[in-house]
Amino acid sequence: MEKFTTFNGIVAAIDRPNIDTDAIIPKQYLKSIKRSGFGVNLFDDWRYLDPGEPGQDHSQRRVNPEFVLNQEPYQQTQILLARENFACGSSREHAVWALMDFGIKVVIAPSFADIFYNNSFKNGLLPIVLDDALVDQLFSELENSEDYRLTIDLENQVVVKADGIEMSFEIDEFRKYCLVNGFDDIGLTMQHADSIKAFEQQYYERLPWLK
Amino acid sequence: MAGKTLYDKIWDLHQVRQDDAGTSLLYIDRHLVHEVTSPQAFEGLEIAQRPLWRKRSILAVPDHNVPTTGLEYGITDPVAKLQVDTLNANCDKYALTEFKMGDQRQGIVHVIGPEQGATLPGMTVVCGDSHTSTHGAFAALAFGIGTSEVEHVMATQCLIQKKSRNMRVTVQGSVADGITAKDIVLHIIGEIGTAGGTGCTIEFAGEAITSLSMEGRMTVCNMTIEAGARAGLIACDQTTLDYIEGRPFAPRGEIWQQAVEFWRDLHSDADAVFDREVVIDAADIAPQVTWGTSPEMVCSVNSRIPDPAREADPIKAGGMQKALDYMGLEANTAFDEVAVDKIFIGSCTNSRIEDLRAAASVLKGRKLAVNIKLAMVVPGSGLIKQQAEDEGLDRIFVDAGFEWREPGCSMCLGMNADRLESGERCASTSNRNFEGRQGQGGRTHLVSPAMAAAAAVAGHFVDVRELQE
Repeated sequence: MEKFTTFNGIVAAIDRPNIDTDAIIPKQYLKSIKRSGFGVNLFDDWRYLDPGEPGQDHSQRRVNPEFVLNQEPYQQTQILLARENFACGSSREHAVWALMDFGIKVVIAPSFADIFYNNSFKNGLLPIVLDDALVDQLFSELENSEDYRLTIDLENQVVVKADGIEMSFEIDEFRKYCLVNGFDDIGLTMQHADSIKAFEQQYYERLPWLK
Repeated sequence: MAGKTLYDKIWDLHQVRQDDAGTSLLYIDRHLVHEVTSPQAFEGLEIAQRPLWRKRSILAVPDHNVPTTGLEYGITDPVAKLQVDTLNANCDKYALTEFKMGDQRQGIVHVIGPEQGATLPGMTVVCGDSHTSTHGAFAALAFGIGTSEVEHVMATQCLIQKKSRNMRVTVQGSVADGITAKDIVLHIIGEIGTAGGTGCTIEFAGEAITSLSMEGRMTVCNMTIEAGARAGLIACDQTTLDYIEGRPFAPRGEIWQQAVEFWRDLHSDADAVFDREVVIDAADIAPQVTWGTSPEMVCSVNSRIPDPAREADPIKAGGMQKALDYMGLEANTAFDEVAVDKIFIGSCTNSRIEDLRAAASVLKGRKLAVNIKLAMVVPGSGLIKQQAEDEGLDRIFVDAGFEWREPGCSMCLGMNADRLESGERCASTSNRNFEGRQGQGGRTHLVSPAMAAAAAVAGHFVDVRELQE
């Protein structure tokens, strides 16, 4: 996994609560057996006016000019701003892969669905929880700006606005450590292989029906 | 010291280690695998040259992509076929237990796990699917994971987890006649909201819950994720034990007795403290219908479609109006004026034998309304299909005008050919009414199997109890 470093990026906003994973990446694209190539179908039902299928040449489809990610400069969006309960619904990690494949590295929302939140860290996507009032403020500032940018500094756990004002956010220590160092979870867990084996030994003695 | 909740007990039993920051390594007993969220995990293992830690923990089945009709032609969609073929190849390569297409035990992953006795009380159960919460009906800690975690469990038999908070939803008293588990859980979601359980494990308790069959309990736990909680739990009792005993993967003989003794403690202690408690009066629950594009947008079939103008929160009101626009509905309309195009009875929420019996009892001697373009029943597994046929339920469905299909996830998410066309309205026994869920532009109303059957007969939504009198 790539190390997460401080960056300054363009912010796009989608002003809806409960954006679900079916909206982020519709089911027909889940038939892929790969981890890449989902970016072109991110928010497919909102981004295009005609229905899409996997394997199709998506550059030939009718794009929805109203949808933010189809507008300049938001095709270069690296930070997505959304409302509460972002990415609720299914466990599909394809939602994270689609966001990242598009170029999005950070999602800011007042709350996230648990499974998506978890999946994000496994891939180097940073979900930032800010409270409602701050998210409201970002929405209104963005609405009144041509090229709204934020700096994301994970090391110091702050979102920095163009005027230098910082908004701090909480993140679990272990998750931060993995993101900043680009560590692979499995490798870290394998360091505890002996503990797992010792656990299994006593566990199956106590619960022999599971052996 | 306060007693432990059921969640605390199962968590403690499986905790391998905990670091200083409170992150735990949690041991996983059962890993259910399907074709959609596993290929990238198997590929990851291969690239890193990592072996599978405990192959026997895995039970695999193709379900999301399988066709429900014309099985003699196999899967005609080449992209879907490659995904199912990939699952077959991976399971063959590692010698994993898989119920392939054509095996009567094949079906929806969350139906076949319990049906086979592969889900047992006190277990940790994971699957790359959010509706893994279903298995919590067995007092098992069961939750959905992403593909990276699927790979992690395959390689290490563990997951890196932070403990959730404890929440309890008590449904006290008994429900009125004609009210089902689906109505109970939809009502709960309407009360607490789709993010109401975020960060929590929800234990369901109270007389209305404990008096449910295992099928009903699975319906309730299945939709826990629709309330934002990854896992739902119901304590182990005699109903649980009676369901499990004798199933193929369940322990037998002396070891069964030993297990039962252990399982009897799988309930929250009387003095356990929950971080959040919600109490619901069962008598308040009427047959439910969703009207919007989130499961929390739900109300009694006898009330009118809500009016955004009466919502004080402007963001919420805007969301309601967007949902009504998408659904093609006017505020304040009565549900019996909302005509339906298609009926879907199936999904991991409602495709078990009890669900099929409930729908069939409404349909017996009746016919589809003329405006219904398609009504289909998709049993949860080949074994359920067989049982239903043995009971003659298939005849009732077919005589009423329904199509009797082969098992799979089907139109719950429309990954196979079973989909809604744009603008079509469906009474569906599935779990999600998101925009485009059942097909781009499709309009989903979540209901119980009995309510879906009633809508099929009436051609619009109606309180099923009017047909049961």
